[in-house]
Amino acid sequence: MAHGAGGKATQSLVEAVFLEAFHNPQLAALDDAAALTVAGTRLAFTTDSYVVSPLFFPGGDIGELAVNGTVNDLAVAGARPLFLSAGFILEEGFGVADLTRIVTSMAAAAKAADVRIVAGDTKVVQRGQADGCYITTAGVGLRERAHDLGVDRARPGDVVLVSGPVGDHGMTVLIARGDLDLQVDLRSDTAPLHGATAALLDACGAGVRAMRDATRGGVATVLNEIARAAEVGIVVDEEAVPVRPGVRGAAELLGIDPLYVACEGRFVAVVAPDAADAALAALRRHPLGEQAAVIGRVDDDPAHLVLLRTRFGGTRIMDLLVGDPLPRIC
Amino acid sequence: MAYGVISDEASHERLAVRVAGVVQGVGFRPFVYTLAQRLHLRGHVGNDTEGVFIEAEGPRSALDAFLCALDLERPPLSVIDSMTAAPLPVTGAPGFTIVASDASGPPAAQVAPDAATCAACLDETTGGGGRRQGYAFTNCTHCGPRFTIVRDVPYDRPNTTMAGFAMCDDCAKEYGDPADRRFHAQPVCCPACGPRLSLLGMDGSTVLAEGADPVAATARLLRAGAVVAIKGLGGYHLAVDATHPEAAARLRAAKHREDKPFALMVADLAEAAGIAEVEPAAARLLRHPARPIVLLPRRTRHPAHRIAEAVAPGCRELGVMLPYTPLHHLLLATIVRPLVMTSGNSSDEPIAYRDDDAMVRLTGIADVALTHDRPIHLRTDDSVARVVRGSPMLLRRSRGYVPRPVRLPWKLRRPVLGCGAALKNTFCLARGEFATLSHHIGELSNAATFRSYTEGVGHLERLLGITPELLAHDLHPDYPSTAYALERDGVELVGVQHHHAHIASCLAEHAEQEAVIGVAFDGLGYGDDGTLWGGEILVADLAAYTRAGHLAAVPMPGGAAAVREPWRMALSYLDALGGELPDLPVAARHAAAWSTLRDAARAGVNAPLTSSAGRLFDAVAALLDLREEVTYEGQAAVELEQVAQRGEVAGYPAEIAEDAVLSLSGADLVRAVLADRLDGVPVPEIAARFHAGVADLIVNACLLVRERHGLHTVALSGGVFQNTLLLGRTLDGLTLSGFRVLTHRQIPPNDGGISLGQVAVAGARDRR
Ligand SMILES: [Fe+3]
Ligand SMILES: [Mg+2]
Ligand SMILES: [Zn+2]
Ligand SMILES: [Zn+2]
Repeated sequence: MAHGAGGKATQSLVEAVFLEAFHNPQLAALDDAAALTVAGTRLAFTTDSYVVSPLFFPGGDIGELAVNGTVNDLAVAGARPLFLSAGFILEEGFGVADLTRIVTSMAAAAKAADVRIVAGDTKVVQRGQADGCYITTAGVGLRERAHDLGVDRARPGDVVLVSGPVGDHGMTVLIARGDLDLQVDLRSDTAPLHGATAALLDACGAGVRAMRDATRGGVATVLNEIARAAEVGIVVDEEAVPVRPGVRGAAELLGIDPLYVACEGRFVAVVAPDAADAALAALRRHPLGEQAAVIGRVDDDPAHLVLLRTRFGGTRIMDLLVGDPLPRIC
Repeated sequence: MAYGVISDEASHERLAVRVAGVVQGVGFRPFVYTLAQRLHLRGHVGNDTEGVFIEAEGPRSALDAFLCALDLERPPLSVIDSMTAAPLPVTGAPGFTIVASDASGPPAAQVAPDAATCAACLDETTGGGGRRQGYAFTNCTHCGPRFTIVRDVPYDRPNTTMAGFAMCDDCAKEYGDPADRRFHAQPVCCPACGPRLSLLGMDGSTVLAEGADPVAATARLLRAGAVVAIKGLGGYHLAVDATHPEAAARLRAAKHREDKPFALMVADLAEAAGIAEVEPAAARLLRHPARPIVLLPRRTRHPAHRIAEAVAPGCRELGVMLPYTPLHHLLLATIVRPLVMTSGNSSDEPIAYRDDDAMVRLTGIADVALTHDRPIHLRTDDSVARVVRGSPMLLRRSRGYVPRPVRLPWKLRRPVLGCGAALKNTFCLARGEFATLSHHIGELSNAATFRSYTEGVGHLERLLGITPELLAHDLHPDYPSTAYALERDGVELVGVQHHHAHIASCLAEHAEQEAVIGVAFDGLGYGDDGTLWGGEILVADLAAYTRAGHLAAVPMPGGAAAVREPWRMALSYLDALGGELPDLPVAARHAAAWSTLRDAARAGVNAPLTSSAGRLFDAVAALLDLREEVTYEGQAAVELEQVAQRGEVAGYPAEIAEDAVLSLSGADLVRAVLADRLDGVPVPEIAARFHAGVADLIVNACLLVRERHGLHTVALSGGVFQNTLLLGRTLDGLTLSGFRVLTHRQIPPNDGGISLGQVAVAGARDRR
């Protein structure tokens, strides 16, 4: 099941099926949220489905993810999130106690993110046709600022930042599945990002070219999306990427590259060169951005490659992966 | 060929002769001219984009003699791929002339490979007192730079990096004289008009020595322990005195090259024989005009020179080459000791060849640079070869061999580009019957290497005048070469399974068109079922294959990390054996991670399944405490082979499950290794019995496939067959069982040969 891992396979599925059938300019932009103008009001609109296993993990659960994920898609579009809808698909026999726990967690997350869940739906499918509980949320936000963001706006010379340590969520969930005898103190990074993105926009205004939350496929996938959309290259300094020691240790043991691991409370920002200092300072002042870092720079590259300058001074291509990462070495 | 009766003018005939192949820049036209003079023929000879064209007029007998001599007496560096002759009306025009080049039409005329300094040029350079005595750039039509200096075709001086050097009167005379060895030798030059050496500081501007002095100054510095960047034919080398322990160690540290042995250059065969055992076939290989690095058994008793430990740590073999440019000859004659001549790069980066780039990248590694002002147009690494059972086997086919094509057993319907694999990449451009493998490109995940790949494809397409219509690529979705193929417009794509490509490369090399049993043993390749293959028994011809058997698959805990850390494969195989984990040093050393990783392997958490033979060798090397982490590809297997005792031993037994697809038990071999290890059997004996066990397993699997499919020919390919111990035993076993065995000679068994296999498969499918 490679489609859905967030790499090249997902891209080609999206391009082949959905863009073709639904084609319109808002969808074609393939941003996290669609930028709409309705009766003169600038809106952002998005939807996302959540299928995490296990449903409960250190630092969060599927309900919190479903709220924060959609809030974040609105936030990185430069919008203030306002209203959410929530749809549930439940497997027959799914426990009421678990459902209550999930819904309570959603309510708390919505309160913390200052959004209201204003519409909902529930369907129950036969046992075995779903894995416990799936949630789909949609969200509407207000784009209060005049300037537009977009991953196609990155320009050579721009600076690339990440808002905090990468890989926490994905590694936490992997370990929470319980397959591994591994005692590490990891927590998901799930969090609503609209406060941090607003702080960044307040500090830098139009100096912010693009923001994107680093969910499936991790930071590496986001950077490749930016490089392709803007037709530029990006050079990342491996040493500059913040990774918590616990995440790094578990990732090394399991042979996983943290740059490809999902986050649920981290975003990548591309800012104009003269806004870089202000951007970093603004992020670091925010509680969710204390470990924000400049990790790379946009450059001119006709091949639109994302390159990683390694600790040993080499330069490796950080490609968009097709499906799960497989060794390439012969 | 019959000679006609002697005839008078009236019975003269005229022929139009076309010669195709490596016939330009190798002295072919002066050879034709001299031959025509000798036979009193009239007419002319010239170069065009298809090769050499000749019109010759005279008595039938002389024309027959002429055609015979064209083939028999051709210049040493020329290769004739085809020759046709057709009658023309007699003109009666007097004399025989060399006419100007014609550059119209598609450029199919082949550029020759670079060739080592010939005996005549060496004499001129080292003695004789002529104007080229001591000159580092002496060359002629029989030797010198070719592929590395060509910018475009036709191969004429303005299209080479010699364009900036105007010939002096003396050189121009040689160049224009059909009777001279230098007639139309495009790189011809002398101290008065040609490139010059200089010894520079690494800032690129401080001149330490110029004129004839740089060689002597360089030799002095090398003896004192300096690291010198030396500009060669296809790129920069990093040189140190191979007998200088501190210099060798310093070079190793600066290059970030931890264990991989350095190549050596020695003055001549006698010097080579002083440090290594040189059998006759190896001597021929060393002296071949391509001058590859030849892997030779190290002389352990009374070597002529004490080679520093850091040169080839713990290796039974030394990689040795002879000088191939006048500069090398002059330097080696001055320093009188072996030099380390390793590629001018930091680990994993492509070799430096542009002067400004070299200065930047080699600063911090080299102390000074011995360089010159003749640009290198195309980076071309040294080739690497070894002798197996008295025959050469190329491990890296690059300088000196490229762009000589491989002849396919049939004509391609459409031009093909084989995009190659990911490591040791080469690509292959083919049209008609000819498949031209590129120079060694390297590891494509390195950004600079990938750039040189795309540039290289463009350059060779232009040089050969080939616009591919079919693109053959590996099935691995994440190979950069696959991504390259998918992004190219206006071509038809053909996906070729990795191990089928390995076998097809062997079949193409032997022009074998029938189905064979293909044994492809290597590190990893993407299988058509989405798992990683690498211990494969195929039934294959050029167009198609079926998987007849394979090593039983085991998980690779940590994916790519299991390639870098062979102890993970030991864990995987030990877990496959089941039962209590015995008390083993390798498990003790990794006790903290062991149970987590075992769980990951069982649960399939980043633990893809593989049938790889390379990973089986890794597991055994780690179990024997030989190697737990590798710093270069195949290191654990290399060291396992090195440690193995020589001579006849009984192979460990292993089962083959006779299902529809045979399943070969690598775990049985590991079980035997483990039992002997716990019994305290010496490691060299275990290593030898393991090698023999793998060979026996292959032979037994082939016997079963023969029963099922009635096939009697076996093709052996894949990087694991660089292992001479395994290859030798497998060859013996198969031959004794009555198989005809095809092994690689000119095409590397490793992934350097994949692109040729891809071309052969795509072309064969296109034929049907
Ligand atoms: Fe291979
Ligand atoms: Mg999303
Ligand atoms: Zn010569
Ligand atoms: Zn001259």
